[in-house]
Amino acid sequence: MNPQPAPARFSVLGQLALYALYTVAGLVAIVWLLGLAAGSTGSAVTGGAIDTGNNAITIALRTEPPQLDYGRATDSISLTVLFHTVEGLLTYDDNMALIPGVAERHEIRGDGATFWLRGDARWSNGEPVTAHDFVFAWRRVQDPATASAYAFIMYPVKNAEAINRGELPPEALGVRALGDRVLEVEFERPTPYFDKLVAFVTFYPVNEAFFQSTDGRFGASADMLLYNGPYVMNEWIHSASMRWDRNPDYWGGHKGFIDTIHVGYITQDVNARLNLFKDGQIADTQLVPQMLGEAMERRWQIDRSMDGTVFFLQLNFRDGRLTANKNFRKALLYAQDPVEFVYKALKEPSYMPAVSLFPFWIRGAEGYFRQEHPPTPHEYNVAKAREHLELARRELGLETFPPIHLLADDSPLGSISSEYYQAVYTRNLGLELRIDKQIFKQRLAKMDAGEFDIVVSGWGPDYDDALTFGDLFSSWNLNNRGRYASPEMDALVRIAQSELDPVKRMAAFGEIQDLVHEDVVIVPMYERGWSFVVDPRLKGFKRRAVGPEVDYTYARIDGRAAD
Amino acid sequence: MRFTLLMWPGGGMAWYVCKRLLQGVLTVWFIATATFFAMHNVPGDPLLNDRAMTPAIRANLEARYGLDQPLLNQYLIYLGNLARGDFGISFTQENRQVNDIIREHFPVSATLGILAVVFAAAGGVLWGALTALYRNRLPDYLIMFLVILGISVPSFVVAALSQLGLVSLNNLTGRSLLPVAGWGSVYHMLAPALVLGLSTMAYLTRLMRSSMLEIIDSDFVRTARSKGVPPALIFSRHQLRNAILPVVTVLGPQIAVITTGGFVVELVFAIPGLGRFFVEAVQQLDYTVIMGTTVFYGAFLVFMVIVVDLLYGVIDPRVRLQ
Repeated sequence: MNPQPAPARFSVLGQLALYALYTVAGLVAIVWLLGLAAGSTGSAVTGGAIDTGNNAITIALRTEPPQLDYGRATDSISLTVLFHTVEGLLTYDDNMALIPGVAERHEIRGDGATFWLRGDARWSNGEPVTAHDFVFAWRRVQDPATASAYAFIMYPVKNAEAINRGELPPEALGVRALGDRVLEVEFERPTPYFDKLVAFVTFYPVNEAFFQSTDGRFGASADMLLYNGPYVMNEWIHSASMRWDRNPDYWGGHKGFIDTIHVGYITQDVNARLNLFKDGQIADTQLVPQMLGEAMERRWQIDRSMDGTVFFLQLNFRDGRLTANKNFRKALLYAQDPVEFVYKALKEPSYMPAVSLFPFWIRGAEGYFRQEHPPTPHEYNVAKAREHLELARRELGLETFPPIHLLADDSPLGSISSEYYQAVYTRNLGLELRIDKQIFKQRLAKMDAGEFDIVVSGWGPDYDDALTFGDLFSSWNLNNRGRYASPEMDALVRIAQSELDPVKRMAAFGEIQDLVHEDVVIVPMYERGWSFVVDPRLKGFKRRAVGPEVDYTYARIDGRAAD
Repeated sequence: MRFTLLMWPGGGMAWYVCKRLLQGVLTVWFIATATFFAMHNVPGDPLLNDRAMTPAIRANLEARYGLDQPLLNQYLIYLGNLARGDFGISFTQENRQVNDIIREHFPVSATLGILAVVFAAAGGVLWGALTALYRNRLPDYLIMFLVILGISVPSFVVAALSQLGLVSLNNLTGRSLLPVAGWGSVYHMLAPALVLGLSTMAYLTRLMRSSMLEIIDSDFVRTARSKGVPPALIFSRHQLRNAILPVVTVLGPQIAVITTGGFVVELVFAIPGLGRFFVEAVQQLDYTVIMGTTVFYGAFLVFMVIVVDLLYGVIDPRVRLQ
């Protein structure tokens, strides 16, 4: 053996360096191979947030749309995708007013409705959208085999509920096509708000021949849908990306100004979306309270809008519950202050303290409902609350109150809410509240079973009418999980459902609002909102309270606005 | 700990592999059964949603998912489908087959995972060997400090920080050097793969260091040194080859863990991998996806353990001789 010329340590290191070199070479080869593999499972977007040259934008979605078969869709992300790509009889303009969609005009009577369809509405395969497409779609929704969770929204149509129960065949549904362009609807009961309903995805048309050709995979991928909206979805890589292109065959020139909308990213992580926005990769993003400081430092234009949902403490009216006692409920109402809760505990500037079951943006007969029928202002009065509590104690014949069961979600908001109300009721009323934190689905299960005194819950709108909130506490509504039941309420809800005169109808909602307050069916907490930031070059972007979460159908790129 | 299993008995290689595979199938069956019954005992109801359902709508949905059957029937139907390799339809992505979900998203996680494992293994062995060579000197202290950080800082912190770092880097240079998130090219992979592999790399470094140190003082190394074998040769033939054995043991299962996806990394970097389905399915009580991903993951893990045991024979001739 020759003696080593170099120090021993060096050659060992040399050997190690050689291995490192091999490793790097191997890495490069592997990275190259993986790059080939990745190309088929995702699509890299290169244009950035705003691509002025190609008139394209890139956005991010919160989650993958779980269900684009619109007969069965229920969630707001699916609704968002569908709102851009499929159109029903009526749709919304950029001010949330109903405007014609596939139907040019319509008429609603006490016993039914007629929709006259336009001749130039086309599917993306070139076929016209006809009245038959609606008849097929609506029958399918009620067919028990479809198992549509939103079938109930169509129950105002004659025989719908019986079909859904399997008691009548789908053909018995009260909807007929008189030729290709007239759709005739028969009602189960007068439904003056039917025009608001048909803007919802469950009422969208389905081309029967195309549906049969999908062989049970309708809505499962981009080519398993037909489009008749302002955009066509040409690419959908699950959980990764989508591409919506402007639909050249769309009948109207009033929507769809951007040529291509890339959904470049799908992630629930709100920080990741903020980073993408900061990096100039997406056109808008939501801001949570922790981000507002940085947003202000960067001098961003912070926008706000309501998301439509009202949160409240729902009280349990079942026998034997403390909350079944009216004075006890009044004590709960007066002892807390939603203003303090929203501004001191939640600290979310887009949220508003709630005073009513009805959010402020609900429309009335002419203007806003709450301007026509102002709710009773909230009174934060601890002394009065204690008086009611004392009355309740005597009525119930109790020495002291047993612990109160407060049910809530395990979400961050659920935690803040339950802990805040626990503290407030302990401080102001001397009550002991036991918080029962559950995962979302288990919270619902316990609500259904009535295992709570107070539950932190919310209600969001399905359609743009006061009834979407107004019928919540009728005795037959399954979402009335506190089992509040009053003949007076039921009578008012019946008027609100069927009264054809808008002024009288809104008056009924006004009385419902007062009754909910008088009987303390709920303790209103807040109306939820969004804080968000939009790239200054993008104009006309909307966040909506009803239906889709975000709306790019009226958005356009304004190149000149860039610094 | 695994050495009892390592002996290839007289029956020969083929018999040994058969036996191990059979054990594997039993293990997977056990995982499937345990998951099935555990899942059905989790409080909550997969069909419940914000909107209360009329009994009619509920019955329609139960029929669709076979939840109207008694539990034992559901289990038998499930096993039957499993034997045919059919995991059913997802409860949350209602018109997707769980098979499709695994088929479309596992390759993404696997691609990212392979890169992460390569980072981890290459880095772990190199850093580990280096620390052993420089035992108790500055490079050793420095690397071991970083290793402790790598092991103890949770991945959501590392992922968020590295993403923030990328944003700052891109803002600073005024160009998109590396994408902040997303999927579709090699550049999208580099940062998430490093983050994903980081804790494994740190763990392997420590493992490599301790096994190298054990071997440096062993008899055969001293013998080789006294015979005058060049240090580089001692290092590569005697030390590295012996020291790498425990690393391979750990690496096998780690490949299964990493390539089936990291929930946090996929969430932060908006990567369409399988990892997010593990967590979201449980949160939403998506029965079929829970079952599908768990059984798939279990089978993969069992398979990797078998592969590692076989690899032992290749790396260490002593195993074969027994």
